Amino acid sequence: MDNAIVFEYNVDSDDFTRAGEASSDIKKKLKEMGVSPEIVRKVAIAMYEGEINMVIHANGGKITVEITPKEIEMKLADVGPGIPDVDKAMQAGWSTAPEEVRNLGFGAGMGLPNMKKNTDDMKIDTEIGKGTTITMMVKMG
Amino acid sequence: MDKFFHSVRIDKDLCKGCINCIKRCPTEAIRVRNGKAVINNKLCIDCGECIRICENHAKYAEVDSLKDMERFKYTIALPAPTLYCQFNNLEDKNIVLNALLKMGFDDVFEVAAAAEFVSEAQRKFLAEKKDNMPWISTACPTIIRLVRVRFPGLIKHLMPINPPVEVAAQVAVKKAMEKTGLKREEIGTVFISPCPSKNTYAKVPLGIKKSEIDLVIAMKEIYPKLLTAMKAVASENYEDISQSGRIGISWGFSGGEAGGALAQSYLAADGIENVIRVLEDLEDEKLDDLEFVELDACAGGCVGGVLTVENPYLSVARLHKMRRYMPIQVSHMSDDGFMDEELEKKSILSFKKDIEYEPVLQMGDSVIEGFVRLNQAERLAKTLPGLDCGSCGAPSCSALAKDIVKGEATQEMCIYMMRSHIADLSKELKGTVGEVRKVPGPGAVAAEYIEKIADRIIEVTDKDGIGR
Repeated sequence: MDNAIVFEYNVDSDDFTRAGEASSDIKKKLKEMGVSPEIVRKVAIAMYEGEINMVIHANGGKITVEITPKEIEMKLADVGPGIPDVDKAMQAGWSTAPEEVRNLGFGAGMGLPNMKKNTDDMKIDTEIGKGTTITMMVKMG
Repeated sequence: MDKFFHSVRIDKDLCKGCINCIKRCPTEAIRVRNGKAVINNKLCIDCGECIRICENHAKYAEVDSLKDMERFKYTIALPAPTLYCQFNNLEDKNIVLNALLKMGFDDVFEVAAAAEFVSEAQRKFLAEKKDNMPWISTACPTIIRLVRVRFPGLIKHLMPINPPVEVAAQVAVKKAMEKTGLKREEIGTVFISPCPSKNTYAKVPLGIKKSEIDLVIAMKEIYPKLLTAMKAVASENYEDISQSGRIGISWGFSGGEAGGALAQSYLAADGIENVIRVLEDLEDEKLDDLEFVELDACAGGCVGGVLTVENPYLSVARLHKMRRYMPIQVSHMSDDGFMDEELEKKSILSFKKDIEYEPVLQMGDSVIEGFVRLNQAERLAKTLPGLDCGSCGAPSCSALAKDIVKGEATQEMCIYMMRSHIADLSKELKGTVGEVRKVPGPGAVAAEYIEKIADRIIEVTDKDGIGR
């Protein structure tokens, strides 16, 4: 969209301390824009889960956020291993996260379900060995 | 009074217009304009960070002075728990309390005693209200002010219980009126405060319509006089008038309030930057399994307030030492003379007024206007150097971009932008040389001058390796 505000973030792999920077920045912008706290909350949670997923499973990637007065679209693209069984991954509690990640309190298998829950639309394009692109949309109104 | 009243002020004579405070302010409330710092009162949350960072002592807290007490017939000192740890080798806080009377106060009521009522109320509250957990403590007014401008989604988590100082004032007033028969306006409650934020609270309270705190005096102002009175008291036989125990005085440091609330799972964060990180995480629902979140704007808790005298960490050590042999709790709500039926009925412990979101950080009045302005600001920010040097008077390039969009600043305030504009102008000037030379007579000489000047300007403004 021509008149969208576009933000791009690179998500580093294996850097948990920086995961959350992108969602935190978007949160700030949405508040400045005057978006309702409830929408800001949904976007922040969905995006943070997505960021963490990219760090845990996909060696990082790129997030593109497009904001218009009508909606917020978040595209999270990685060149990771891909998701073998999307239906299973969407089930609450299903996790393939390695032990060391679980020890940090992540990887409880709530990532994708939480993203879905907090967005109005979510699309997963994934190919084994090539990567995954998740597109999420939250409506303003 | 203005709902955006604040107590942190700037002394224009002392301000040198440096950029230390604008960079430190957590709400980006300060700009340097015409060589002097200016605080945006809508954004100031009275955290005192600019007072701490200013090397020229150009920031100060506007609080009441001891002289203001003269307008009352009967004055009651309300010492904050942090007052007890400002003195070397003080083992008995009764010396402080009696010294306050010696100094001229007619009565003294410990905020630490009221804190024990509040702890009791918090325990009851946490046991009953499970809906909006984690509950955020509301004892530090700066935290409420921060939440109401920056974290609207968290307002519902603010624990609707009045801070100990307000409860102390309410109880003290009632007791004094009963004892003296004086009218309310003849009685003055005087809080001896560790921070400017409490002064703002007393003037424009949060959670209630009007505060019963009449005056707020800086701890550091009363300090020398109090010290003299304490020396005199220590050499006499003084009375035991203390009404607080471990729970009450522990409110002075970070974690003490949560301890008194007996929260099953809690977090206590202190220092404004740490507090903001916790609020961000709370907003993202990362801390949902907590029951209670204690937040103090100052490092170490209230002991770190800018109106205290002592190093905050030494203060904590002293409070720990002092409380060792104290009873757990001395003041109870059920005690006679304190929280009697009348005060219970007025329910002085709970909020009477909702905390409302103040959208002062929004760029427009509607989402559409906000979108348009944010869009402009983002595009503009990309043209700025991104160094966040502060020379324009704004704390960052993105802050300047927003200021420009709001019509409060211009691009030329950025010295890098200004330099490249001058470089462009001098190139334009150089382009006229050919035409000037054609002018018969002085043309050749003038052209030579213009070229020299233009080259010199280009040299100093457009050279690689200098700045950006």
